Amino acid sequence: MQLLEGEKELILACVDEVLSNNSKNRENLIPILQKVQVRLGYLPPLAMEKIAEGIKVPPADVYGLATFYNQFRLNPPGKHQVKVCLGTACYMAGGDITLESFERRMKIKESETSPDRLYSLERVACVGCCTMAPVVVVDEEVEGKVTPTRVDGIMLALNEENDKSNLEQEPEQGRMDSDELK
Amino acid sequence: MSSNNPLDLYRKMHDEAQARIKSKEDKPQVLIGTATCGVAAGALQVRDDFVREIEEKGLDAEVVEVGCIGHCYAEPLAIIAKPGFPPVCYGYLDEGLVHRLVEDFLGGDDPSYEYALAALERNDVFPTFEDFPRGIYEEKLILENCGFIDARDIDSYISREGYSALATALTQEPQAVLEEVKAANLRGRGGAGFPAGLKWEAAIKSGGNEKYVICNADEGDPGAFMDRSILESDPHLVIEGMILCAYAIGSQMGYLYIRAEYPRAVRHVQDAIDQARERGLLGSSILGTEFDFDLEIFQGSGAFVCGEATALISSMEGRMGMPQSRPPRLASRGFRGMPTVLNNVKTFAYVPLIIHHGAEWFKSIGTEESPGTAVFSLVGKVANTGLVEVPMGTSLRQLIYDVGGGLPGNRDFKAVQIGGPSGGCLPESALDVPIDFDSLHQAGAIMGSGGLVVMDQDDCMVAVSRYFLEFTQHESCGKCTFCRIGTKHMLDTLVDITQGKGDTETLGLLEELAEDVRDGSLCNLGRTAPNPILTTLRYFKDEYKAHIEEGRCPALVCRDLILYYIEPPKCSKLCNVCVGSCPTEAIFTREDGLKEIDQEKCVKCDNCRKACPTEYNAVVKLSPPVLPPQKEKAVK
Ligand SMILES: Cc1cc2nc3c(=O)[nH]c(=O)nc-3n(C[C@H](O)[C@H](O)[C@H](O)COP(=O)(O)O)c2cc1C
Ligand code: FES
Repeated sequence: MQLLEGEKELILACVDEVLSNNSKNRENLIPILQKVQVRLGYLPPLAMEKIAEGIKVPPADVYGLATFYNQFRLNPPGKHQVKVCLGTACYMAGGDITLESFERRMKIKESETSPDRLYSLERVACVGCCTMAPVVVVDEEVEGKVTPTRVDGIMLALNEENDKSNLEQEPEQGRMDSDELK
Repeated sequence: MSSNNPLDLYRKMHDEAQARIKSKEDKPQVLIGTATCGVAAGALQVRDDFVREIEEKGLDAEVVEVGCIGHCYAEPLAIIAKPGFPPVCYGYLDEGLVHRLVEDFLGGDDPSYEYALAALERNDVFPTFEDFPRGIYEEKLILENCGFIDARDIDSYISREGYSALATALTQEPQAVLEEVKAANLRGRGGAGFPAGLKWEAAIKSGGNEKYVICNADEGDPGAFMDRSILESDPHLVIEGMILCAYAIGSQMGYLYIRAEYPRAVRHVQDAIDQARERGLLGSSILGTEFDFDLEIFQGSGAFVCGEATALISSMEGRMGMPQSRPPRLASRGFRGMPTVLNNVKTFAYVPLIIHHGAEWFKSIGTEESPGTAVFSLVGKVANTGLVEVPMGTSLRQLIYDVGGGLPGNRDFKAVQIGGPSGGCLPESALDVPIDFDSLHQAGAIMGSGGLVVMDQDDCMVAVSRYFLEFTQHESCGKCTFCRIGTKHMLDTLVDITQGKGDTETLGLLEELAEDVRDGSLCNLGRTAPNPILTTLRYFKDEYKAHIEEGRCPALVCRDLILYYIEPPKCSKLCNVCVGSCPTEAIFTREDGLKEIDQEKCVKCDNCRKACPTEYNAVVKLSPPVLPPQKEKAVK
């Protein structure tokens, strides 16, 4: 994914800050990656290189960790993050169908971010409210019993929100996405 | 001198805590279950509604956040404790109900029993949870405080005799703690059921001054949440258990390995650690003695295999979480190469209770070989989903029908999946198997993590196996060939079967492969990954055969083997609901007014079938996916 303007500086500053606040040994590698991800939302390749340099381990080791653990994301999170639960109860209640519906509407696959960085889509395991299966977490809000029709409803609401904030900032781009839904 | 006695220090702390907590109980309290399950159902909104309503009415009542009350099917939940009344638990709360409860019960004197689930103390007016079948079979030991104490207030725990086991233990030799845990025959609750006492003893025998205590809160089973609930609802119980273990084995440092996906649990445990340190229950000179011990949280990064003991250690050391072959056991060479005791959250949670009440008490609950209780997260097609705790030896039937309230809508039981990705599916005929480590193992399942999923005739056993295999295949760390390649092949075969592919030899090959992976893998991830396949092949072979031989999915689940069809005689031409419900515009109105599905466009999402009004029920699933001959053409 392309870096946005000014993002490179942001990444470098963030890595510097985290590295200077933590002792640079291998045992701290995962906590450091976690802290960088909390600040940046994901682990851009540049950040991983700098961390490898700082802790004096081969970059491949850092990539290895970042891809091994599910927690680390290699793509920037979208402005709206949708997490579809595919825990046992949700899967049995059709969570995979819900996930597919989102993929269709967002035109991205699971664990991807849309090129305009508006949406990202992930699968997660049991959110802990299996009674409401299938469950989806939209920007930290839990939604229960999400059927494909409800997916359309959620997407409409998100698009409206985007339109609103776009109108406030850049009026001319206002209706860019919601047309796709119709 | 006497002020240095840990028991005296503790008594003082306890009395102060109790006085503070009791003074709060003089006025009405609203306890709201805000563990993750509650929050998901809207408990925070309910909390705000209560606070606002109480303020608006100018009432003197306190709103307290507690953990998981256990009746997750009825979330959001709250308990109202008003002096002069038994504490009453209400479920399915919403703004309207909150308004009513504040006005009638907190403001007036009407507990609105018509909305109550149950009372929490015996009384003459309203039944308690113990009066329901669930209450008769349930026995709460480690869940006892959950949902009743404020997890973020250490006094709440201390006032219920919390940390008294630690104070008592500190007046005795460390050996005494070990002996008690050994005598209780406490078996590890992380899956395998290894006796905790023996593990601790091995760590002591390894000698040396540097030892570690680690709590495994990785909870990888994708359908279970008991460990998280306990940490969110009663963190001090687990912490006290860890301190007791540290005292017994002579450790100064411990870690809680908690998934980063459990932010609430992480926060609650961190708060609890800070408060315990402030009170001198952690840190140096615990309760005025010479015993030092401290705790830190390590946030796990979400890899199922890291729940495995050696992989967990690798990941704490900043490496990929890959299992090591054992021996050496962790008890001799664990974290940083030092003797380490690793136990599950629940295992530690039992320890303070055992020290407090004694090994004999613990052994009086449950069975001879598996004393104590078992905690499950009960989900799937069962009426009362939620966290349950029953004595070992309870039968699966009692658990599902009496505690869980049976299947909703009188549906037929088909199978129960126990132990998540490492466990197995048991059929109706196994329902009388008692729940304990050894009986479940004989039946082909495992106690495992405690996830328990009930399934009915609408659930396909092949699809369920495929789901778990997808999970284990994805989570296989790739270190050993059997697990890496074996799970992939098994998954491919299962995918083929769900698509109706395969021949007479497929099932034999699948079974052979499953056995090889079971016997040849390095760690228990690979060794148990075939369990879902082996048990379903053992108990539900016919279902596999129907897929392969007839291209038919009996449960009408596997999407390649079904199609959706609108039965013309049942379709009301006047209704358009299905057309509107279809996300892909696959449904159209024919010239004769009937609706029809364009099979090319249909994604089999089940929306139209759900949408079709029950008086018509015109949408059906057909398997094998063959359209009935079109009669109406002949009419034309
Ligand atoms: C793949 C795999 C995943 C595991 N996941 C967990 C887990 O999430 N929590 C847990 O307590 N034990 C888990 N275990 C078991 C641990 O290896 C270990 O036996 C256990 O934590 C020991 O604690 P106990 O003696 O108290 O049961 C897992 C084992 C394997 C092989
Ligand atoms: S499986 Fe989705 S919330 Fe539990």
